[in-house]
Amino acid sequence: MPKATSDAKLLIQSLGKAYAATPTNLKIIDLYVVFAVATALTQVVYMGIVGSFPFNSFLSGILSCIGTAVLAVCLRIQVNKDNKEFKDLPPERAFADFVLCNLVLHLVIMNFLG
Amino acid sequence: MASAALDSLPAPLRSLRLKTKQQELLVRVSALALIYVLAFVIRLFSVLRYESMIHEFDPYFNYRTTLFLSEHGFSEFWNWFDSESWYPLGRVVGGTLFPGLMVTAALLHRLLRALSLAVHIREVCVLTAPFFAANTTLVAYAFGREIWDSGAGLVAAALIAVCPGYISRSVAGSYDNEGVAIFALLLTFYLFVRAVNTGSLAWALASAFGYFYMVSAWGGYVFIINLLPLYVLVLLITGRYSQRLYVAYNCMYVLGMLLAMQIRFVGFQHVQSGEHMAAMGVFFLLQVFFFLDWVKYLLNDTRLFKSFLRITLTCVITVGTLALGIGTASGYISPWTGRFYSLLDPTYAKDHIPIIASVSEHQPTAWSSFMFDFHILLFLFPAGLYFCFKRLSDATIFVVMYGLTSMYFAGVMVRLILVAAPAVCLISAIAASATIKNLTTLIRTKSKSPQTVSAKATGSKAAAKGAVDQSLPFQQNAAIVLLLGAFYLLSRYAVHCTWVTSEAYSSPSIVLAARGHNGGRVIFDDYREAYYWLRQNTPPDAKIMSWWDYGYQITAMGNRTVIVDNNTWNNTHIATVGRAMSSYEDEAYEIMQSLDVNYVLVVFGGVTGYSSDDINKFLWMVRIGGGVFPVIKEPDYLVNGEYRVDKGASPKMLNCLMYKLCYYRFGELTTEYGKPPGYDRVRGVEIGNKDIKLEYLEEAFTTSNWIVRIYKVKPPKNRS
Repeated sequence: MPKATSDAKLLIQSLGKAYAATPTNLKIIDLYVVFAVATALTQVVYMGIVGSFPFNSFLSGILSCIGTAVLAVCLRIQVNKDNKEFKDLPPERAFADFVLCNLVLHLVIMNFLG
Repeated sequence: MASAALDSLPAPLRSLRLKTKQQELLVRVSALALIYVLAFVIRLFSVLRYESMIHEFDPYFNYRTTLFLSEHGFSEFWNWFDSESWYPLGRVVGGTLFPGLMVTAALLHRLLRALSLAVHIREVCVLTAPFFAANTTLVAYAFGREIWDSGAGLVAAALIAVCPGYISRSVAGSYDNEGVAIFALLLTFYLFVRAVNTGSLAWALASAFGYFYMVSAWGGYVFIINLLPLYVLVLLITGRYSQRLYVAYNCMYVLGMLLAMQIRFVGFQHVQSGEHMAAMGVFFLLQVFFFLDWVKYLLNDTRLFKSFLRITLTCVITVGTLALGIGTASGYISPWTGRFYSLLDPTYAKDHIPIIASVSEHQPTAWSSFMFDFHILLFLFPAGLYFCFKRLSDATIFVVMYGLTSMYFAGVMVRLILVAAPAVCLISAIAASATIKNLTTLIRTKSKSPQTVSAKATGSKAAAKGAVDQSLPFQQNAAIVLLLGAFYLLSRYAVHCTWVTSEAYSSPSIVLAARGHNGGRVIFDDYREAYYWLRQNTPPDAKIMSWWDYGYQITAMGNRTVIVDNNTWNNTHIATVGRAMSSYEDEAYEIMQSLDVNYVLVVFGGVTGYSSDDINKFLWMVRIGGGVFPVIKEPDYLVNGEYRVDKGASPKMLNCLMYKLCYYRFGELTTEYGKPPGYDRVRGVEIGNKDIKLEYLEEAFTTSNWIVRIYKVKPPKNRS
């Protein structure tokens, strides 16, 4: 399998090179997303070890992470300068929407955590 | 248009003149206001004909819970344990209902009280459905404008305001979940399409809230949570994936799911039940799709991307299949429920679940009721589909899919015509509006004469064809003729809708009306007579046994405890009642003693000719009873596969409890001139057992037209 490994190596190299060109604000959002997903995974692992007994607590924990990640990805799509679909949308409006959605998300999560 | 004539006016008048755009706005707003009023007013026939009262069966439960909610407050409502139904089990009402309707009505009531309008909660409940139907027209207008143009929106609003398929469930007094749910359904769809078109998080959030309202109101939300992923899937397959879609669906799904979990009756179903798994699958699929798209954009190299694709796809499919397999095998993901199966396979319920099949509104739809409920929309619908395909966009694809899937479901179950009604109206509106627009532009370009564009008209397929070809002679005349034809069709639609509403859909079914010999109207108010008798003459803790159809009404109007009611959550309990009704009197007495029954209530139409009585429902009792207790066998009650009550009936039939209770003392009564005594006017036969003696029960009350008969269960005999 030497070809496959070299393929994978080449893949990772070119991906890293391409990603380095991304603007900083997008990189920050990416970091936020990665962090949220990592938290979600940790919770899944924890659930696997301890069990999912207060199921609503587990669900609210994991949905909080997934929701955060998804909303952040949406924000990333909307503020990306290269994106032609959202040229008319000012970044301020996108951010306001993002904050609003997060507010709703976490208010509901707080209610559900119980 | 008429500006030349207006230019000659004096200056002060000229300043009052409206510009064409303003004129159009004025016409549009006033038309919409009229439609709003019309949608409300046409649903008031039932109040005019009868009185302001709650109809049918389920609405009585809703009314009772609303009353409780407005008297005791939300927190007690949420934790309400009802011991008056399902004796001796009781029912946790707060956790087993959709609270949307009750909360809405209670809030409206409180709002009106705050405005110092002293109305009774019953009036609010009676008028909730028409009010929401009127609001639906506004949503239909907005939706139509989003998918086509404002003209189509206006036509859609006008069509849905009077569409019989919708009116059937939203007349004044039919205080049922569907009344608000169709509004919520259409609102959710509109906001979602809006979110897809704009790609804005705020609209997606609004659509999640619409979904929340829908979930709180009606179990039909399952349609939304399956249609949206299907739509996303179709867009993905046809290569119409866009990042607007990603934003709209993901935000709507995550927030909508989370909000829906707050409704206790729905609870964890979004992550556990098989009916909701499609949405979750598509959610993950979209993430994968987005990720691949992003990597492709980063790499900018086809060969590398292909190898990347191979690796990720293999991983994802393996993991997904494994998770689904483990989840189903370990029982974590519950399989689909019976009602859902019967949607996909119409014959499923007939073979497996008699309790679903026994409800008449769960039967497959007949062609005539399609015609009855949609009238010309049935012909406009395909034409509208043609227009949608001609101008394909994300929004029209959505409405086409909504139309086609809901039409399928409408064919499977009669009651789901309701879900199809908004889609059919929208698509027909597109056909009507586009056709009229074509025709009027044709007329105007030739003659240059002022011709007001009327958005409130409709046409046929032939009309559309005539408009396309520009070079025909007499084109203008033909267009005028077609336009007149369109107006004629539309007016027929309006006439049909009004007629259907006043004749067919405005009867409360708790008060019956019939034509007497001399043509005058005869009112049978036996149900309420019986329920008020129960309320006044029985001890407050009396337990009433009846077939489950009347359970809600007895608890709401009679204020007495019932054994089973219309919330058919416990099949065994219903089967026990069915067994009691179809056993001999002494066996039934034992069952009734074990359930603490004090009174038995049966509905009997033999005197008046009221056909949906207990004798006609009896075979279902036998079937449901026999499903749990194999002692009860359906062939015992039939003679050569035929159901009869006359002399030729089977001995078991002639002596079972239900037969005895219905026909007790009936042999002495002459119902129709020239017929022998004991002539049953529903079945059209002379009954077979005229000499009925009751040993363990005694007649307590029979209403003036014999429709409801109540028997008292005698206490056990003294030991001798």
